[in-house]
Amino acid sequence: MEIVVLVKQVPDTESLIQIAGDGVSIKTEDLKWVMNPYDEFAVEEALRIREAQGGTVTILSMGPAKTVETIRTALAMGADKGVHINDPAAEGSDPLATAKILAAALKDIPFDLIIAGMRAVDGDNYQVAPAVAEFLGIPQITQVIKEEISGDTIRCHQVVEGGTAVIEAKLPVLFTAQRGLNEPRYASLPGIMKAKKKPLDVKTLADLGVDAGTAGTANRKVKIKALNPPPARKAITMIQGDDPVAQASELVKKLHEEAKIL
Amino acid sequence: MAQGIFVITEQREGTFRKVSFEALSEGRRLADAKNVPLVAVLCGSGLEALAGDLEKYGPDLILVADDPALAEYTTDAFTNVIAEAVKAQDPELIIIGASITGKDLSARLAARLDAGLAMDCVGVRLDGGDFVFTRPMYGGKVVADVTIDGTPKIAALRPNVMTITEAPRSAAVEKLAVQVGDVKTTVVERKLEATDKVELTEADIIVSGGRGTAGDFSVLEDLANTLGGAVGASRTAVDEGWRPHSDQVGQTGKVVSPNLYVACGISGAIQHLAGMSTSKVIVAINKDPEAPIFSKADYGIVGDLFKVVPAVTEEVKKLK
Repeated sequence: MEIVVLVKQVPDTESLIQIAGDGVSIKTEDLKWVMNPYDEFAVEEALRIREAQGGTVTILSMGPAKTVETIRTALAMGADKGVHINDPAAEGSDPLATAKILAAALKDIPFDLIIAGMRAVDGDNYQVAPAVAEFLGIPQITQVIKEEISGDTIRCHQVVEGGTAVIEAKLPVLFTAQRGLNEPRYASLPGIMKAKKKPLDVKTLADLGVDAGTAGTANRKVKIKALNPPPARKAITMIQGDDPVAQASELVKKLHEEAKIL
Repeated sequence: MAQGIFVITEQREGTFRKVSFEALSEGRRLADAKNVPLVAVLCGSGLEALAGDLEKYGPDLILVADDPALAEYTTDAFTNVIAEAVKAQDPELIIIGASITGKDLSARLAARLDAGLAMDCVGVRLDGGDFVFTRPMYGGKVVADVTIDGTPKIAALRPNVMTITEAPRSAAVEKLAVQVGDVKTTVVERKLEATDKVELTEADIIVSGGRGTAGDFSVLEDLANTLGGAVGASRTAVDEGWRPHSDQVGQTGKVVSPNLYVACGISGAIQHLAGMSTSKVIVAINKDPEAPIFSKADYGIVGDLFKVVPAVTEEVKKLK
């Protein structure tokens, strides 16, 4: 089984995000960068499938030089090799352009299965993985919490509102990992040592035959005009006292008469 | 020139998702402002009676794709059918509810149409005739204003944010010639939980618990039941195995916008706040007066949730 995992490096979810002086980007200096949490589930699932069936797990990621740390983390978890698309011209690409670049890279990587996180927690677009599937002409199954492969068929349990749907498709397939799929392993010390020797190819857009004029911030279809802090809330009203019944009564009164939601 | 607004509605077994009415109401408002037609798209099987449910929200035209092959949502069939309708009618803007299905569909459709997509919008406005979409990024830690080059533009609206406004008119109903095309996935089964359980992302009221519950959610469930709401949980509560993954609210869980969010025994980690900060009214109940949750709440009670929450339940019952 040839498995490719799409991985993105993102700011840690405990990070404080601050808007940069240009008003359309964020300050990146003091951020801690990690593997997108949903991609950890994707890597873990790929490793489990390979452990059961044999094959290769390839990590594919696009981003600046520091992205290599995240690819190495996946290699340290046990993935076999990495492909890093590192090209200044690709920086700031929107999800459609990103998906086109990843799809171009996937022309040179054999795959039966592509796994990605169900969303990246920076852009929150939920978009790159389905677009990659579209550009490759393969089916997508999003928000998967369980999968079983038998022969050339994959059966996925997909989260839907109020329950799950069980979806089946013939490989090749792209599915996206939702929380609940598995518990990702930590990289072991021997894993980290081994990762340093694993193959990691670096590609530019030219290597992939992608026109730089379709990528990067300047060529976004979805243009960020402004970033703003979330709307500020009014100052909190503390319900005083230490008698729970009196506090509860006061709270319900406020919710009823002042906030008018009960 | 591309003109008009499409709203792709979502129904299952004859019941529309609430977000479809939110999307139609928003579509009507924008169509009026631009003086263009509003077109509702309805896909499924056995839909004769359903078009009438949409008229209340003011579409000028309802396009109906009614085919047994559309009885269950599949990405391929719905993308194929809707992409064809879009190509035929050439709308400027397509609005979709960003439910789980809506996210799956809008992402594939955007790639098919080579269209810019603003996912999970919490606002759409017109600025000199141009659409400006407001959408949270970084789990809601910042809010972006974005524009989209070219047409069609696609906006997926976050459920529970836009107001539903009735604007009844009699709409023309047109049947689409359905070509479902190549469908590479099969829906084997759907396992739905008891239907009286309110879906977290659509709930008007959420009572949520964290470490402070020590795993005992019974008083939270009583309050949620009394209020007709749903129960949510922090990442700690889920990691401890106290609640299922599907209950998790936060940057790595569900993003919710209820009218009322009651955080019980939740300290308020940044990643949790990211998932609930667009709630209209936030109540925090916590033993620790220094808990960060109080900085994001509208009303706060410092106290023992096992005493305060049951007392709130009793007060709500009195009110009713």
